[in-house]
Amino acid sequence: MKRVLAFVLLLAGCSTAQPSPSTPNITVFAAASLTESFQKLGKEFEAAHPGTKVTFNFGGSSALAQQINQGAPADVFASAAPANMKQVTDTGAITAAPTTFAKNTLQIAVPQGNPGKVTDLADFAKADLKIALCAEQVPCGAAAKKVFAAAGVTAAPDTLEQDVKAVLTKVSLGEVDAALVYRTDVRAAGAKVEGKDFAEASGAVNDYPIAPLAKAPAEAKDFVNFVLSERGRAVLTEAGFAAP
Amino acid sequence: MRSRLPVVLVLPAIAGLAFLLVPLAGLLVKAPWASLPTQLFSAEVGQALRLSLVCASLATVVCLVLGVPLAWLLARGDLPGRGLLRALVTVPLVLPPVVGGVALLLVLGRRGVVGQHLDQWFGISLPFTTAGVVLAEAFVAMPFLVISVEGALRAADPRYEEAAATLGASRWLTFRRVTLPSVMPGVVAGTVLCWARALGEFGATITFAGNFPGRTTTMPLAVYLALETDPDAAIVLSIVLLLVSVAVLAGLRDRWIRA
Amino acid sequence: MTLHAELRVQRTGFSLSLDLTIEPGEVVALLGPNGAGKTTALRALAGLEAGGAISLNGSTWDGLPAEMRPVGVVFQDYLLFAHMSVLDNVAFGLRARGTRKAEANAIALRRLDQVGLAGFAHVKPRALSGGQAQRVALARALATSPRLLLLDEPLAALDASTRLRVRSELGRHLADYPGHTLLVTHDPLDAMVLADRLVILENGRVVQEGSPRAVVRQPRTDYVAHLVGLNFYRGVARGTEVQLDDGGTLTIAEPAEGPVHVVFPPSAVSLFPSKPTGSPRNTWQATVSGIEQHAHTTRVDLDGSPAVLADITTATVAELRLQPGDALWVSLKATEIHTYPQ
Repeated sequence: MKRVLAFVLLLAGCSTAQPSPSTPNITVFAAASLTESFQKLGKEFEAAHPGTKVTFNFGGSSALAQQINQGAPADVFASAAPANMKQVTDTGAITAAPTTFAKNTLQIAVPQGNPGKVTDLADFAKADLKIALCAEQVPCGAAAKKVFAAAGVTAAPDTLEQDVKAVLTKVSLGEVDAALVYRTDVRAAGAKVEGKDFAEASGAVNDYPIAPLAKAPAEAKDFVNFVLSERGRAVLTEAGFAAP
Repeated sequence: MRSRLPVVLVLPAIAGLAFLLVPLAGLLVKAPWASLPTQLFSAEVGQALRLSLVCASLATVVCLVLGVPLAWLLARGDLPGRGLLRALVTVPLVLPPVVGGVALLLVLGRRGVVGQHLDQWFGISLPFTTAGVVLAEAFVAMPFLVISVEGALRAADPRYEEAAATLGASRWLTFRRVTLPSVMPGVVAGTVLCWARALGEFGATITFAGNFPGRTTTMPLAVYLALETDPDAAIVLSIVLLLVSVAVLAGLRDRWIRA
Repeated sequence: MTLHAELRVQRTGFSLSLDLTIEPGEVVALLGPNGAGKTTALRALAGLEAGGAISLNGSTWDGLPAEMRPVGVVFQDYLLFAHMSVLDNVAFGLRARGTRKAEANAIALRRLDQVGLAGFAHVKPRALSGGQAQRVALARALATSPRLLLLDEPLAALDASTRLRVRSELGRHLADYPGHTLLVTHDPLDAMVLADRLVILENGRVVQEGSPRAVVRQPRTDYVAHLVGLNFYRGVARGTEVQLDDGGTLTIAEPAEGPVHVVFPPSAVSLFPSKPTGSPRNTWQATVSGIEQHAHTTRVDLDGSPAVLADITTATVAELRLQPGDALWVSLKATEIHTYPQ
């Protein structure tokens, strides 16, 4: 049994092995909604810092926060919600003060052509329309809840999806008539999904904080600064984010 | 070891056992035992558990009704391209369940190839319904049943069917009274596998049927969402699912497989 | 009504062409080496394989599937349904043909009673001995009162001692059965004891046909000579004396009573130019009617009471200068003779 455990530990060791310190190499843990814009920024950063390699781990912010707290080899954490960032600063893995680098607002997503003729938040209460929302447990769901509460609308969803991508799949296939997602997600979903702004969206603006980890090399701080730069802001705006 | 098993087999066997059981042990060790009873008897858990059991059982019935005849066709039918057909039947095994769910949406969804007619002509819409959950689970679980029953059929001696024919039995009567009872162990094993797979189904279900408490939120969906905010609750839900499935499977084993 | 069957089966490397006639109440044995086509013939008759055209009583069954034919089959390893009780096995054919459950069970129970197994109605087949399973298989095949009964090596799966007893029981049941019976076997003794007529098949063709006696007396091929090279008689035993139906008396070692089959191999027979003295208990005079040379022995056909076949070495042939028409003394030890109750 001892031998078996040793073997298991050996396997576990492999997965957490640090890259060689001779080449500056930074690992960025970022919210899934940042995928396209951060990949673009990563390439530009590598071009500006020859020899530096940036690798990404995109995922749900809460999952990423848990991974970091379990010892995953992150150098930078960019979260889609301050709450998840707080989970990491609470453990001391991040000591620097996180900076808000982008904001995201909700938009009504409808299939191309808007077959349900959805125009505003009140339509979400109609029983004859198929409605998809994010589950309350994930950030887009929490934001939607806040918006509905502020608008005084009792939504009648048919499904509470586990993430934004799942919601958009259903919108683009026309399985639902409307959904409430972030405008960056609508932008990323392409032509099959149309986004509609609505007045109450300002009631649930989502802040994106970023910070280097305490034990990270100096290049991590450089990457954070690059995201906060003019160029970083331009790329994020193009993806649908608002400036902080 | 006492029966002098070779070490080259024993060591990997123990490693394999540990590999399967250590994560389970991890769940049990990390479980928040103090809050377990309240979690266990909460309305949400009861609802999700009941829905899971009902849907997995209905999906298993669907698989039996469609899968056993399919297995028979594959094992005994005299059709061209049987090898290819046999391979195609196993596709849901290798397909990522989420892709399976999307495929179901493309066919049976509101805008799907078949689904649009169901919607227009009969007003039937399967996504986001409990029936949709049953369908998604059946889609993913059926290969387990078909493969198991087909294997049993191919191992069964077809001369018994000939004996039944010489006694005047039609092919249908022969199938019911002779073939099916003789492959019963295979059918039971397949049913158990099928039910267990349906019970744990996540990807195809959430993709095709969505997630709505009491209607389509089965235990695996509840576990996944709980994991987002409350890992402790997720562990409790997992343990509930684990205990119920182990209890049912152990009960079935006693009643059927020993008989 | 006479049953006529024309069996034509064509497969790569093998063809079967066999015309059969079976009278009501007659038992015909289909005898032949492995691969001769015996089982194929049986399957074609049963409708399990294409190529079996049968006409009986003006009606023809051609291309009819097995379940539509009034045929009963006893398979080599019986193929009793393991998950059903013995009674359900026997009643299965009746139920399949639409008889109501109560009536089917009553008939099945009667059939089981006829084979002495009514007490086993509610056990599962796996609890039966080989001999009992064979009787259940027979009861099951006969339960639907088929016009044609097919038996595929019905004794092959039994051990030697059971076989002896089951063979005579089977003989009795076949004697009671009014329909047409075809027995497929590779065992000449089974064929001769159970059948009224032998049909010998080699490579899918009939090489010889006739009563057991006629085939034994005049084998037409080496295979037949070798296979059925047995001295075979029917007679009535009284203690150690057997009075043979076709004349003559033999002394046997084991006492028996009533009608028996008497069998001994030609190699057990010795020939002498003059009356021998000494231990053999059976001696009688006979006349050489034929001499046939085989690979290592010479078979001599002798007329007498009884007529007999003898296998002797080539040296003995030379020594005796055997010619047809020679008168010789036949000698046979009582211990070489086997008797079977009829």
